[in-house]
Amino acid sequence: MAQSTTNNSHFLLSVTTPALVRCLPSLLLIIILSLASASFAQDWVRTGSGLGVEKVRLAVPDFKPSSADPQNTALLKTFNDTFWNDLDNSGVVELVSKSFYPLQVPGTPPEVTFGVWNSPPPNAAMLAFGNLGVAAGKLTVQGWLYDVKNTASPLVIGKQYGDVPTEDAARLIAHKFADEIIFRLGGGIAGIAESKIYFVSDRSGHKEIWVMDYDGSNQRQLTHQSSISLSPRVSPDGSRLAFSSLTKSGWDILMFSTELDRLVSFPHFGGTNLSPSWSPDGAHLAFSSSRGGRSEIFVSDATGGNLHPMTTGRGPDVSPAWNRKTGAQIAFVSGNTGLPQIYTMEADGTNQQRMTDQGYAVSPNWSPNGQFLTLAWIRKYGPGEPGSSDIYLMDIASKQWVQLTHDGGRNDFPSWAPDGRHIVFQSSRSGKEEIWMMLADGTKLHQLTFTGRNSQPNWSWK
Amino acid sequence: MKRNTFKSVATIIALSAIMMLGACKKKAAPPPPPPPPPPPSPTASISVSPDTIQPGQSATLTWQTTNATDVSIDGIGAVQPNGSQQVSPTASATYHLAAKGSGGTQEATTRLTVTQAPAPVVSTPSPSEEDLFGQSVRDVYFDYDKSDLRPDQQAAIQADAQFLSQHANINFTVEGHCDSRGSTEYNLALGDQRASSVKSALVAAGVSANRVKTISYGKEKPFCMEENEACWQQNRRGHFVYQK
Repeated sequence: MAQSTTNNSHFLLSVTTPALVRCLPSLLLIIILSLASASFAQDWVRTGSGLGVEKVRLAVPDFKPSSADPQNTALLKTFNDTFWNDLDNSGVVELVSKSFYPLQVPGTPPEVTFGVWNSPPPNAAMLAFGNLGVAAGKLTVQGWLYDVKNTASPLVIGKQYGDVPTEDAARLIAHKFADEIIFRLGGGIAGIAESKIYFVSDRSGHKEIWVMDYDGSNQRQLTHQSSISLSPRVSPDGSRLAFSSLTKSGWDILMFSTELDRLVSFPHFGGTNLSPSWSPDGAHLAFSSSRGGRSEIFVSDATGGNLHPMTTGRGPDVSPAWNRKTGAQIAFVSGNTGLPQIYTMEADGTNQQRMTDQGYAVSPNWSPNGQFLTLAWIRKYGPGEPGSSDIYLMDIASKQWVQLTHDGGRNDFPSWAPDGRHIVFQSSRSGKEEIWMMLADGTKLHQLTFTGRNSQPNWSWK
Repeated sequence: MKRNTFKSVATIIALSAIMMLGACKKKAAPPPPPPPPPPPSPTASISVSPDTIQPGQSATLTWQTTNATDVSIDGIGAVQPNGSQQVSPTASATYHLAAKGSGGTQEATTRLTVTQAPAPVVSTPSPSEEDLFGQSVRDVYFDYDKSDLRPDQQAAIQADAQFLSQHANINFTVEGHCDSRGSTEYNLALGDQRASSVKSALVAAGVSANRVKTISYGKEKPFCMEENEACWQQNRRGHFVYQK
């Protein structure tokens, strides 16, 4: 399960290159093709229901204008780009390339010609289409999802949305309709197109907490502490954001209300207080505090009351992560045995179990279904072992793991999307720390931030 | 699943290789491609004119580089590949130019001496406690991923404790720092333990605990920005800061 594709590539190169120098160009092509197929065949850990089945072939022709308003062109571009991107990133459908589409695409149900969609070249099983128009200062979008193989009763979804005629509204409607389709075709798991990602950015000159839409749009600064603010963790209901910040008295846990758009009071504990984590019922916070000397995991109420320690050990304990499904366990990082390792314990501090066996393991984050941890791990560590920090996924029950990133750079702070199908993380692969996301099998990797240095992403719970 | 993939890949390769062998037999061996020329090494020079000034006067720094994409001068920052700039330091300074390019790094330095104007007054003021603190108290360095005091740092900490005991009205902060490797949150906790280790050693040597504040900076405020052991060691430290 844990074998990596690099082993294959070493083998291929050592077998073929000495033998056939004369045919090098042709051989290289074959090697590259083989490597490509090998890399696509990476082992998978399935984290949602319905992921094992073959993906539905979905055709998504651009939505058409339904009025003659001059605003339509720009809004349609925003809508069509966002809608395609959401479906493409979802991991639950296979989008049929637009080059296979007929010249005449439908904007309304009567315009659908089933035969040109349900047979090759598109050979689509599903068709998402519709229209968008501004009329009387109002934006209206109509969208349909058709099962084009079922010509007798093709309608799966039919929706109409109305909003103000702005780019943001067009983007939001695209997210909503995409989520409807993903929910229907993705085994009943809600889509993430309306979810948010909280993160740290230094682009204002200080490390502050920022938020963006899941696709990287709408990036916005939340805090203005003008010091160093780190480790944002949003509450399950999305109303509060806990983070750690360097204040006049040291590192404190601060609480930001996303509804009031300002800080709200939270107690000052003394010592160095870091890395908050919410229990799934939103009633408790776990975090690291050195108020008693060494850094240990503490748990308090959501308001900071009833503080009590969970760990007692030699090394620093940080980065707690609550089991998002059950709330019954907490994973955390401990330096008890030297280099940091991942442990789990019951939420009352009992039954501590070491999960990682070697190297430098940090930043645990629990999958929404409670079965997996994702973590950052430098498995090979020490002199002569350059050891890259990569994102891994570990099955809690068996401690079996699979490596998700292979492409260099330092990768850290993975955070699971609410659909269990996506992971966001920070990576230096582009030359500086930026936020990237991927499917939970390591595919569909793409960069979300490009300005300044951005780190420690935290995906909202819904 | 891995094994099957691997087998099928190996089979494809084997078959393709056999076919290639047959297909390629008659082809003339292509000439080996010429090796790409190595990227040119950067060159760098820097000078200052005049090379001696008095406080308040200024001098002109002039530098030239070639084949460099990233040129910087310590204390000034990133600069154009060629240029000049007025400087007026109050004390003698060494300007260190680093020119980085695809062919390597070239460095050059020049020194500007600032002579003190003839003293018009007879008495020099005695150094302040802050000056003494800065001159006398030495930072404490740590091993990788460790927060216990290294044997070779005991002399520094004992000297620090002695000075601080003799100047009992000085309050100060010990900052815990870490190198750039490793993860943000763990490094903050590690830096906290480093600062605590220094404080504990001072308290054990007789310094009153309520004079000492500790703070961790983890890897947030490095002293040295390069990725090598010399630089990492500079960043793994307990750093003393005078508290006004």
